Amino acid sequence: MREAMPKWADLVLIPLASLVLAFALSALVILAIGEDPVAAVRMMVSGALGSTYAWGYTLYYATNFIFTGLAVAVAFQARLFNIGGEGQAMLGGLGVALICLSLPWPHWALALPAAALGAALFGAAWAAIPAWLQATRGSHIVITTIMFNFIAAAVLNYLLVNVMRPIGAMDPATAKFPPGTHLPSLHDLLAPFGIAFSRAAPANITFLIAIAACVLVWLILWRTRLGYEIRAYGQSEPAALYAGIRPVRIVMAAMLISGALAGLMAVNNVMGEAERLVLNAVEGAGFIGIAVALMGRSHPFGVFLAALLFGFLYQGGAELALWTDIPREMIVVIQALVILFTGALDNMVRMPLERLFLALRRGRP
Amino acid sequence: MAGAAGGQRVPAIELRGISKAFGPVQANRDISLTVMPGTIHGIVGENGAGKSTLMSILYGFYKADAGEIRIAGRPIQIPDSQAAIRAGIGMVFQHFKLVEPFTVLENVILGVEDGRLLRPSLARARGELKRLAADYELHVDPDARIEDLGVGMKQRVEILKALYRQADILILDEPTGVLTPAEADHLFRILENLRSQGKTIILITHKLREIMAITDTVSVMRRGQMVATVATAQTSPGELAELMVGRKVLLHLDKKPAAPGRTVLAVENLRVTDIDGVERLRGVSLTVRAGEILGIAGVAGNGQSQLLGVLGGTLPASGIVRIEGQAIDLSARNAGQARRAAGIAHVPEDRQREGLVMEFLAWENMIFGYHHDPACQRNRALMDNAAIRAMTAERMERFDVRPPDPDLQARSFSGGNQQKIVLAREIERNPALLIVGQPTRGVDIGAIEFIHQRLIALRDAGAAILLVSVELDEILSLSDRIAVMFDGRIMGERRPEETDEKDLGLMMAGMRGKAA
Repeated sequence: MREAMPKWADLVLIPLASLVLAFALSALVILAIGEDPVAAVRMMVSGALGSTYAWGYTLYYATNFIFTGLAVAVAFQARLFNIGGEGQAMLGGLGVALICLSLPWPHWALALPAAALGAALFGAAWAAIPAWLQATRGSHIVITTIMFNFIAAAVLNYLLVNVMRPIGAMDPATAKFPPGTHLPSLHDLLAPFGIAFSRAAPANITFLIAIAACVLVWLILWRTRLGYEIRAYGQSEPAALYAGIRPVRIVMAAMLISGALAGLMAVNNVMGEAERLVLNAVEGAGFIGIAVALMGRSHPFGVFLAALLFGFLYQGGAELALWTDIPREMIVVIQALVILFTGALDNMVRMPLERLFLALRRGRP
Repeated sequence: MAGAAGGQRVPAIELRGISKAFGPVQANRDISLTVMPGTIHGIVGENGAGKSTLMSILYGFYKADAGEIRIAGRPIQIPDSQAAIRAGIGMVFQHFKLVEPFTVLENVILGVEDGRLLRPSLARARGELKRLAADYELHVDPDARIEDLGVGMKQRVEILKALYRQADILILDEPTGVLTPAEADHLFRILENLRSQGKTIILITHKLREIMAITDTVSVMRRGQMVATVATAQTSPGELAELMVGRKVLLHLDKKPAAPGRTVLAVENLRVTDIDGVERLRGVSLTVRAGEILGIAGVAGNGQSQLLGVLGGTLPASGIVRIEGQAIDLSARNAGQARRAAGIAHVPEDRQREGLVMEFLAWENMIFGYHHDPACQRNRALMDNAAIRAMTAERMERFDVRPPDPDLQARSFSGGNQQKIVLAREIERNPALLIVGQPTRGVDIGAIEFIHQRLIALRDAGAAILLVSVELDEILSLSDRIAVMFDGRIMGERRPEETDEKDLGLMMAGMRGKAA
């Protein structure tokens, strides 16, 4: 049997065509509410990519989405739907805050690995309970991880209001982290190379960690025995059993890695940007991670690209709401259309393209 | 509709120039077929030859790209199965389409109720069923629940369903795959009855013996084309096999007598109870020695799968199993790795569900289950994909896997080539014991020959082989000893030269067979 399409078409052409369709439909919606789609696109592009300041925000958001997207993708590979990225990232924030506030860190280079470890451990721990329930009791991971999002929010609310709030402070947040934990921004990192980057944008060194995480996840999934077992289990449970792969071990391993990745997001938003832990620091990034993983086909490289796209949409949409009469909800519509076309309606684009390629091939002798 | 134009002159079914393509695959190419009323017409062909596609077109599941269908002389369109039923065509699928908790009667009227209230339909169906039973010797208790019926009975219900819908043409797709020889004989008597009453029957099968036994005419399909249609009386199994494959095939295996050595596998009083509390293995004991093949015959579902599961390490059990004298731990649910370490290689019954990860590439599948082997690692952390790929390419060459490309997904190989990948993986380990389930199910004749030769070669190299198969031909030609399983027990043991299908068939049906 021959493949209907060359691989590049499958990986590049189909997502691209889906995107074009999603944007075309979005343009129609913008027209329908009486706004100018061309102006809107121009505004989004300049707001998200037009300056190093704009890039700084886009990459900051993208960094969040890479972590949560990878988290969902790793679980997906074991056919586990981890909807708990939100809660795991919240707990990751708690880990970061505890580490940053507990010691008088002399330099960020020491604080960063410790905080990253704390974020990963707390995120993984929060994923471990639903994972254990799934692996040993068969409690559905979708239900339990959703519930753990609410529990995480409640726990954080309690801790920030009653325990970690500095005396006399009004808002439910921890104290500012000490200066020794402040991460270098892209401005600081690029300045030695003579590249001018906006000082005000929140993108920071965590972006590089995110890229490293993509590589690491790829290595784990496609170059290690554990990844081999995770993928085999995800594709076929009876086959995994036949091969002597232990389901409990795989479910736990995949979910712990997933939770750790979601938790790592806190290094970006809590340590890198806010420099203290606030309520609702995650801002829905855990859920956007699901869309990112879907669009990225659960592959680290795809997740990276999809996270950049969603970073662009997130930042461009914020600019759109700020400077035009197009409501902020419009950007949710656009994101939804992107997810709809790249995820759910994949076949709608795929079938005609496959037919086209077949026709082309038949045309050739 | 029956005999619309009268007499024997007009064919019951006439297909002219039927073609159907799925993407790049031409499943049917310019097929013409004529079946006269009151005959049994066989259609044989390897897997993927296009038999099922052709019948699906006739039953309205697919629309032909080109061609014409005539039923009783009249050209008709069959856009869906409802239209097929109206045209008098009934189909009995390989996998029954019955509602298990419903009674026979309820299943028979399903979809053709007379009105909103069921009572009148049920009453009418009861009368009709009685008449059909009398006419065709199709006796089934109309009030029995489907789930309580055996496979043979369920099949009868499917035939009754078709007849109740006034089918004049009955298509049966691999009807004997799940039947004991006795049940198959009974089915053939029913078919002969139907034929004598003027019904037209199309029988799709890959068992040449059945074709020879019951059909009047037979068509052979190969690679989407109809390569021959002949009167059954004027052909032979050898000729049909050759037509199917397109070259000469050895139907009989040449093998040397076995030279059994030490006892490799010893099973004593093996018991397995499933989650519903049903005992699936009820004290099985057997031994397999080095250099011999023990064949387990039996109708599917009599505990063979559980026996393979226990030996392969996916099912916990009680009892004693010794490999080369060493007792193995039967309590664990997940002992696949331990079994492999003990020297057991396992070719599972369902290669697509268990034996392979269909989305994995060939080279990923070539180490499946043996991925803990140090040879698979480049260093402590990373696997040595390049070495695995090279090893796979070499094995694919040796086992004649086509195409020999390690970077293809398992699902893009044909059934026979998928099975060769599994066999290559398991046989190349030089196991002390190979357990094999249905080694040639869904495999084309050419590959069957190859697989059988490999199994014999492994035996001659000194391995013990436990073979489970529902194909009696396969059991008889491969085994050095034959054990028959029925209802979780071993009914008896025979040597192939001192038994035959009838004797084995009796044991498969739970009787002791002829005095041993």
